Amino acid sequence: MTAMRDRFYRLAADALEDDPRVAMVFAEIGVAEMPKHPRMFNVGIREQLMIGVAAGLALEGMRPVVHSYTPFLVERPYEQIKLDLGHQDLGAVLVSTGASYDASHSGRTHQAPEDIAALAALPGWTIHVPGHPDELERLFTRSLAGDDRVYIRMSEETNDAPFHGDGVVVLREGSGPFVLAVGPTLGETLAATEDLDVTVAYLATPRPFPDAALREALRGPDVVLVEPYLAGTSAAEVSRALRDRPHRLLALGVPNAEFRHYGKPAEHRAAHGLDAAGIRASLLEFARLRDVFE
Amino acid sequence: MAATTTLGYDDLPALLTLLTGDEKHDRSSLSTLDVLWVLYDRVLGPDDRFLLSKGHGPTAYYAVLAAKGLIPVEELPGFGRFDSPLGYHPDHVLAAGVEISSGSLGHGLPIAVGAALAGRRVYCLVGDGELDEGSNWEAVQWAGRIGLAALGAVVVDNHSSTYHWPGGIGRRFELEGWTSAHADGRDHDALQQAFAARTAAAPHVVVAEMRR
Repeated sequence: MTAMRDRFYRLAADALEDDPRVAMVFAEIGVAEMPKHPRMFNVGIREQLMIGVAAGLALEGMRPVVHSYTPFLVERPYEQIKLDLGHQDLGAVLVSTGASYDASHSGRTHQAPEDIAALAALPGWTIHVPGHPDELERLFTRSLAGDDRVYIRMSEETNDAPFHGDGVVVLREGSGPFVLAVGPTLGETLAATEDLDVTVAYLATPRPFPDAALREALRGPDVVLVEPYLAGTSAAEVSRALRDRPHRLLALGVPNAEFRHYGKPAEHRAAHGLDAAGIRASLLEFARLRDVFE
Repeated sequence: MAATTTLGYDDLPALLTLLTGDEKHDRSSLSTLDVLWVLYDRVLGPDDRFLLSKGHGPTAYYAVLAAKGLIPVEELPGFGRFDSPLGYHPDHVLAAGVEISSGSLGHGLPIAVGAALAGRRVYCLVGDGELDEGSNWEAVQWAGRIGLAALGAVVVDNHSSTYHWPGGIGRRFELEGWTSAHADGRDHDALQQAFAARTAAAPHVVVAEMRR
C-alpha cells in the first residue's frame, strides 16, 4: 500500500463515520482496504452500475465517493459519467488510483494516461492531481463538503513536500521559461531545472484551469507545461488564457502512443521523457529554438 | 412525485393531440401509455420515485404528467421546439415533473438501484429492446442478489428486441433473485395487481405484455 492510497482509505473510512451524507461505491477494487460500513456498496465487477448507483445516491441527496483503478473508473463507464452524473446534473467524487503508469508491469490495460483529457472534455468537472498525501487530504476533505462533480487522480509517484496553495504556486523565480509542473511531476521538474534560470510553478488542480493565476504569474513569452498524463491535455487552456499575448508553449506529458512495455514506473517515466533528464532535454531544446539561454 | 389529479384517462388523447398535432394516435407508438397511467393514477405514493429509462417516444409520458398536473398543459404544444422543456428525450433539468433525463438506453435501472439503496421506493420503466444493453443486467443481477426490495421495475414488452428473450423476461429476473408478475399491458386492473405483488424481501418486476 502506497502513502496516498493508504491515506485515502483512512480518510474515506473516517468520512463514512462522521458524515451521514457520504456513501462509497466500489466495483471490487479497494473494497478490501476499508472496514465494512453500511454505506459502503460493492457492486461487484460492474463499473457501469458503479456510476449509475452513485448517481442514484446523489439523486437522494447523498455524497457518493466512487473509487477504482483509473481505466475502470473513467473509461469503462464514460457514458455513465457523461449522462448519469453530468447530464442529470448530479454530483460525485471520483477517486482513481493507478495514474498513468503506476501499473507499468501490468501493461496497457491498466494504464490510462488519457483520463484527464477524457474527463475534461465533459463540462463542469473539477479535477485534482495531488502530488502528496497531505494535498490529497486537503482536496478530498474539501470535495466531500460540496455537491459538485470532482475527480481526484491519486498517484504512487509523490513529491517530497506538499504545496497547499490553490491555483498556480510559484516556487522559484527566474528570467527564462515559466515551467508549470502538475501534481507528482514537480520533483523531477525541480531536479531538471536546478541550475537553470527558469521560473518553476506548481499546479494541483488543472480544471478549472487557473487562467488568471497563470496570467498573473507569467513574466516572459515561454511556457512549459509538465503534466503526468497525456501530453497537451492543458495546451488549449494555456492558449485560451494567453490569447492576447504572444507566447510559445512546450507541452510535456505521456505521448499519445500505444506503449507496449512492462517494467517499472521509473522506466516508463524515463521512456516518456518525464524524468529529470528527459524534462531537461526537452526544455533545453525548446530554449535553443529561440536562443533563450544564449 | 406528488400529484393532484386534474384530468382523467379519457383526457389523454386530447393531451396527445396538443403534443403531436395529430388527431389520431397509433396505439403501437404509445405502448407505455396504460402502464404510465396505472403507475401515476394507482401505484405511486407521494414519496415514491418513477424513473423513465426508456426515454424514446415520450409523448405518452408527457401526456400523463400533464394530466396529473406535474407539467403545465400549456407546455405541450411546444414539444420538440428549441426553447421547449419537452423534447424527444426527457430532460429533468428542463422539466420539473421529469425525475431523470433519459434517451440513451440502459441508464435508468442502475440509477434506480442507487436511489433505492438510499431508502427511496423507486419504479423504473424499461423496454424489452432496451434490455439488450448490458448495463441493465449489471443492475438486475446486483439488486437481486442483495434483495433490494425498494426497487421496482416494469418492462414494457412490445417484442421489439431483435433477438428476443428465449425463456421469458420475467424468468431471467427471477433467476437473479427478483419476484416477477406478468400482466396485459392495456389491462389497468391486471397491471395494478401485478405491481401490488411486490414483497418486502426482493426487488419486483412487472412484465407488461403488449399484444400486437
